[in-house]
Amino acid sequence: MIVPLEHVVVLSLIIFSIGVLGVLFRRNAITIFMSIELMLNAVNLALVGFSRYHNSVDGQVFVFLVMTLAAAEVAVGLAIIIALYRNRQTVNIDEINLMKN
Amino acid sequence: MSLSLLFYCVGGIAIGSAIFVVLNRNAVYSAISLVLCFFSLAVIYLLLEAYVIAVLEIFIYAGAIMVLFLFVIMLLNLGREDALPNLNYLQRATSLLLVLLFFVGIFLLMIGDQGLFPQPTEQFVAGGIYPLGEALFSKYLLPFEVASLLLLVALIGTVYLAKRKV
Repeated sequence: MIVPLEHVVVLSLIIFSIGVLGVLFRRNAITIFMSIELMLNAVNLALVGFSRYHNSVDGQVFVFLVMTLAAAEVAVGLAIIIALYRNRQTVNIDEINLMKN
Repeated sequence: MSLSLLFYCVGGIAIGSAIFVVLNRNAVYSAISLVLCFFSLAVIYLLLEAYVIAVLEIFIYAGAIMVLFLFVIMLLNLGREDALPNLNYLQRATSLLLVLLFFVGIFLLMIGDQGLFPQPTEQFVAGGIYPLGEALFSKYLLPFEVASLLLLVALIGTVYLAKRKV
């Protein structure tokens, strides 16, 4: 490997933490979705790093499946956001309290 | 070594664009920055010799998913997001603390013990399309088929949700 595995995992950890902070701190539903994509990509990076480290293709198969999942998730999630925007005229998640009380 | 230097440079670009995605208040700029992050991650996959994954990253993420994001942002006509009037500081401090705890824990685990992952010595063979395809269609045939079912479910769900009356 060109760099130690620790550095790959730390890079993945940094990107994952940024994604978690984005989900926790932002109030715009679209930005929250982008942060979730960041987290999925961080996990993909860790999987590819470990796949390279163990000289096995299994991690890359998992990355393949995670990408499929991400595509499906984004399609459904954005459809939900559009339906929500059509009904409430906002994407701010603080104003969306349909299920409260 | 120049390739490892490239890894650190591209990793820095990935981190910087990820921070920009989270901090920017304009959703279009966040999306463009996310594309940059995906491209730098694709370069990192190339450096880790996962060539198929690098191509798929650009095709699926930078191609399909980001087009979907930009399309929805344009469709909803989202401009600049206003600053929040009522911040819940306790909630924010707690979440920041928990994320920091998570980060420092794994960081110390990775950096503290240098002998945890010794460098592999053998030549890497599992990067091309042939080993991946062979694994997908033999050992992982069932998850592969279930993934296609998942895509079908997502397709039907999206069409249903996007109808005029929900």
